[in-house]
Amino acid sequence: MPKLLIILISSILVNNFVMSRFLGICPFLGVSKKTDTALGMGLAVIFVITVSSAFTYLVYQFLLVPLHVEYLYNIAFILVIASLVQMLEMVLQKVSPTLYSALGVYLPLITTNCAVLGVAVLNMQEGYNLLESVVNGFAAAVGFTLGITLFAGVRERIEHNRILSAFEGFPIAMIAAGLMAIAFFGFKGLI
Amino acid sequence: MSKLSDGLKRGIITENPTFVQVLGMCPTLATTTAAINGLGMGLSVTVVLMCSNLVISLLRNVIPNKIRIPAFIVIIATFVTVVDLFLQAFFYDSLYKSLGLFIPLIVVNCIILARAEAFASKNDPVSSLFDGLGMGLGFTVALTLLGSVREILGAGTIFGLQIIPSAITPAVIMIMAPGGFIVLGILLAVFNHIRARKEL
Repeated sequence: MPKLLIILISSILVNNFVMSRFLGICPFLGVSKKTDTALGMGLAVIFVITVSSAFTYLVYQFLLVPLHVEYLYNIAFILVIASLVQMLEMVLQKVSPTLYSALGVYLPLITTNCAVLGVAVLNMQEGYNLLESVVNGFAAAVGFTLGITLFAGVRERIEHNRILSAFEGFPIAMIAAGLMAIAFFGFKGLI
Repeated sequence: MSKLSDGLKRGIITENPTFVQVLGMCPTLATTTAAINGLGMGLSVTVVLMCSNLVISLLRNVIPNKIRIPAFIVIIATFVTVVDLFLQAFFYDSLYKSLGLFIPLIVVNCIILARAEAFASKNDPVSSLFDGLGMGLGFTVALTLLGSVREILGAGTIFGLQIIPSAITPAVIMIMAPGGFIVLGILLAVFNHIRARKEL
């Protein structure tokens, strides 16, 4: 149990995926103009990463290891993630149309979110078991959601300020993200 | 010859993947803690991009339109695995350890999929190869520049060579996570400024 708790806290705060590991920067910059879209993206990511951590673990342990083709992990993982996202989209559309209309737009974007593949590879490198992989995936995604939602709040404020024309758009967003990353440094002493 | 110069000019200057299109930010920020790491990452991406562009362009009439994205991803992942094993075998201490997780993650680098979708799937193999070379080198130039600035400010060295006297304490924050965001933000602003002045 303590190990799970450490994984949880470390992935949400200390090694926050966006702020200290630089994973998932593309959606972090792309979908962070408004807090509600940022939150929607975050929820979709939590859903996909948690499910895909379990699936990639199973594929690695019961398919790649017995066949001695561990070096193909990269190709296997990205295929699992791509088809999983596609399948989730279809299942959600049938089972829960409300959830689908809330997450729908963000689902296809998630395939190329490097946080998803990053979690799968990290779980494999750390040698986590099934439960630990799922917890780590969930925590990483919660950390991502926390980062992107807070950052969207910051960007909404920036919109109303006058900024040097050269800094408009991405440059000022990057600098704001840098300042947020300094704030996240404060969690370093937590573990 | 014009295909080569077209590809190079587009990739390095007019459509530079980092400074103009702002694509592939994860490796850009994560691997530029030193100039050499940026250069290594840039060249790895260049190799993958050239190979995948060439193969995708050769197969562009064979791959059915509906499943093109999975097909592209498999082709890209194959070349990434090749580069991964190559670096592990020959550059283990110098590059593989410091780039770490970001070598397998070249698969989901948006630049590669973007070029496959926007260029290689519509153009002939030769110009696709040169497009890959140009884009890859543009990415390499950007990463090396960012890595050099961060290394000079954060460690006082460039490519491991001491250039700022060690009596001056370097700003270590520049080679840590926040420094990456801030230096890239400022470089983007400088690039925007230069471009805006040229257009006037």
